[in-house]
Amino acid sequence: MSRPTTVEPGTTGAAGTGSPPAGTAPARRTRRRPGAPGPGLRLLHVLALPALIVGVYWAVTAQPGAGFYTPTPAAIASAFADLWFSERFFVDVLPSLGRLLTGFAIAAVLGVGLGVLLGLDARVRATIEPVLEFLRAIPPPVLVPLMIMLAGIDDSMKIMVIVFGCVWPVLLNTVEGVRAVDPVLSDTARCYGVSGLTRLRVLVLRSAGPQIMAGLRLALALAIILMVISEMFASSSGLGFAIVQFQRTFAIPEMWAGMVLLGVIGFVLSSLFELVEGRVLGWYRGLRAANRGE
Amino acid sequence: MNHQNHQPNHQGERPAMLKVTGLQKIYNGGATAVEAVRDLTFELAEGELVCLVGPSGCGKTTLLKCIAGLMAPTGGTVELADRPVLAPPPGMAVVFQEYGRSLFAWMSVRDNVELPLKEKKLPKARRTELVTESLEAVGLTGFADSYPWQLSGGMQQRVAIARAIAYEPQVLLMDEPFAAVDAQTRADLEDLVREIWQRLGVTVLFVTHDIDEAVYLGERVLVLSNSPTVVQDDITVDLPVERDQLTTRQDERFTDLRARVYAQIQRAKRGTDQPVA
Repeated sequence: MSRPTTVEPGTTGAAGTGSPPAGTAPARRTRRRPGAPGPGLRLLHVLALPALIVGVYWAVTAQPGAGFYTPTPAAIASAFADLWFSERFFVDVLPSLGRLLTGFAIAAVLGVGLGVLLGLDARVRATIEPVLEFLRAIPPPVLVPLMIMLAGIDDSMKIMVIVFGCVWPVLLNTVEGVRAVDPVLSDTARCYGVSGLTRLRVLVLRSAGPQIMAGLRLALALAIILMVISEMFASSSGLGFAIVQFQRTFAIPEMWAGMVLLGVIGFVLSSLFELVEGRVLGWYRGLRAANRGE
Repeated sequence: MNHQNHQPNHQGERPAMLKVTGLQKIYNGGATAVEAVRDLTFELAEGELVCLVGPSGCGKTTLLKCIAGLMAPTGGTVELADRPVLAPPPGMAVVFQEYGRSLFAWMSVRDNVELPLKEKKLPKARRTELVTESLEAVGLTGFADSYPWQLSGGMQQRVAIARAIAYEPQVLLMDEPFAAVDAQTRADLEDLVREIWQRLGVTVLFVTHDIDEAVYLGERVLVLSNSPTVVQDDITVDLPVERDQLTTRQDERFTDLRARVYAQIQRAKRGTDQPVA
């Protein structure tokens, strides 16, 4: 199935207007709208504020007598290079990322799977929902002590904490998305003999796609937080462990470098997510642009 | 004047394709039960194009859903080619009013038309052939790779029609398909339906609230009463087979038929307790 990889609002979408000239397919080009900034200018827009913040921070921390706990950006950068471009990358960063992605993946599969089940069947929903509401109300970090007892202090404990925290936004969004499948579209599918797994694949999951993706996006942010928290207790590796260790040993630039790395990881993961979302939900963006009459 | 026998009076030699007998639908909503459809009996002969008109809220959609097998009637039967309809039958295609909601927004026009054919397990070559032919028939060659939301309302409804005819149904149900498109597009689409019907010989049941449209399109017009619904009148449209938006609509016979349907609808609106005779 072909999907729109680039959908530029403004050049697509002619809903509600007259017929376009015969024989010419509606344009799906990536032409810039007049007035939209060029790539150079856009980069400037993106980088201006971060540069300003770093600049101001630098000006403050470069003062003689500035605090021991607020090292200059230069000191942080040098600590960053020394720390993470060394074997620590394999000892701390990779295991953390591994737990993060494993936990996120399990939560995604579990959330979507259970969400579809609950969304499609009102009786199952009525039976399970109260329990889910209770479990959801438990803040995931408080599970760490319990998980240590149940699963020990190895990776599986940390992954379980991540899964327990991340599964909710995915699950609840999937339930809502599945319940909101358009009845006309559902009838259409029935009339044309679309049923069973095909119905799930081409109708239910695709139709709920926007909500599922929104849930996954929330889950990804939660996964990073829970990864760090789970590593702060009873751990011997990982970013959360490293940051706490730096703080306790007064390795302040290193502690900052750890925080910066977490920020970078969050940013990269969210950018990757956006890329995937753009591919999966290209149709949705186009549809919304068309409905807005762009 | 009224035809109470409900027989296809001018093509009695053709076998019945769609047969609705004593159809009744009661919605049970807690303490109150609403009888939407009381007792509907009619037949469509093979290859017939019949329009169904009635006052708004007369249960047209309920009726259509029962015929399509999407809803179980409280009483009575629907038969497609002598086989009872209990679930959506493979020989029936439906075009809904809400074109924007009946197309898969995440699929291209081609995939939308092809999906039902895949479910029918047709071989790839045949599917391609049917998709190409049906898109050509509705004048959408060249739009196969577009997405529905990139097209205008009228074109989206053409996609829905292409999907229906590619399915090669025995009966094509159309539920107020042109109620949401502008007047000019509507005229084009009406002619398209006539053309497709003549060329493919498919049996068409066309539900509409528009009297002009019913007379212009149909070989026969069934007028429904107010809810709880019964067939109030069965009018044969004895206009020439070749119809034209301009000349047909000016035809004296067209005006007569239109007036008759209009009068029946007015009567239907006034009251349900009047005897239908």
